[in-house]
Amino acid sequence: MSFLQDAVAVILMLSGTFFMLVGSIGICRLPDFYTRTHAASKVDTLGILLFLSGLAVFEGFSQSAAKLLLIIVFVALTNPVATHALARRALLFGLKPWYGHKDEKEER
Amino acid sequence: MTPNPEKETAPSCVEEGMKSPTESPIIHVACRGIAPCILLIGIYVFFHGHYSPGGGFQGGVLLAAGILLLRLALGPGLSQNIMPTWITLRLSAVGALIFAGTGLLTVIFGGKYLDYHYLHLLWPWLEPAWLRYYGILLVEVGVTMTVMTTLVAIYDDLLGC
Repeated sequence: MSFLQDAVAVILMLSGTFFMLVGSIGICRLPDFYTRTHAASKVDTLGILLFLSGLAVFEGFSQSAAKLLLIIVFVALTNPVATHALARRALLFGLKPWYGHKDEKEER
Repeated sequence: MTPNPEKETAPSCVEEGMKSPTESPIIHVACRGIAPCILLIGIYVFFHGHYSPGGGFQGGVLLAAGILLLRLALGPGLSQNIMPTWITLRLSAVGALIFAGTGLLTVIFGGKYLDYHYLHLLWPWLEPAWLRYYGILLVEVGVTMTVMTTLVAIYDDLLGC
């Protein structure tokens, strides 16, 4: 039983770190503010959420696992709202989205 | 509303930009749901300052974060109900008075500054451990009030209202 618990915890944490890696590569590589906020929200929500749920499984039934579950609930509530507020404010401010490199397509 | 990234809307956004909140129902609902939870966690941290991690400063910062979240989401006008601007600096002065007054009371009673054992002239029926408990509680009440109201006052002063 303890082996199964550790295996589930490790799988959850590794998938969380996978999402963090993909999101941080996306922050560096993507061309636009909106796509970058998309990648950053992936790091925050999916990566940290899976990582913390892995830690909660590793802890078992205890008070710290309950606190981790509370943190998971609040992260899942707040991070998409924060990303929404960022992108909406940028759009209202007049920042235009990225429509692709038209000049490069014509050259090729 | 439809997003309009034309240049006509840009100057008004720049003028009112930092003062008006975004008109998004998602942000409204989320902030109105989360702010009471932040205030509750702030009170929890404040009351656990005696014997576990936490204390006056951390609890005050959390309470200020809850109020500032409402200020950011609802705008400076609607959020005046939970803590008006005129009361912030006065409450911070009262908190500093509570903090310094607890220390000076022990000096008046014959001890050193913040020497809680000399508070037994105020509560003669209490044991020394409980005297220390209530002394630290008084100090933390003062620190929490000062930190919370000062942070809100800094935000309001930056907004200029």
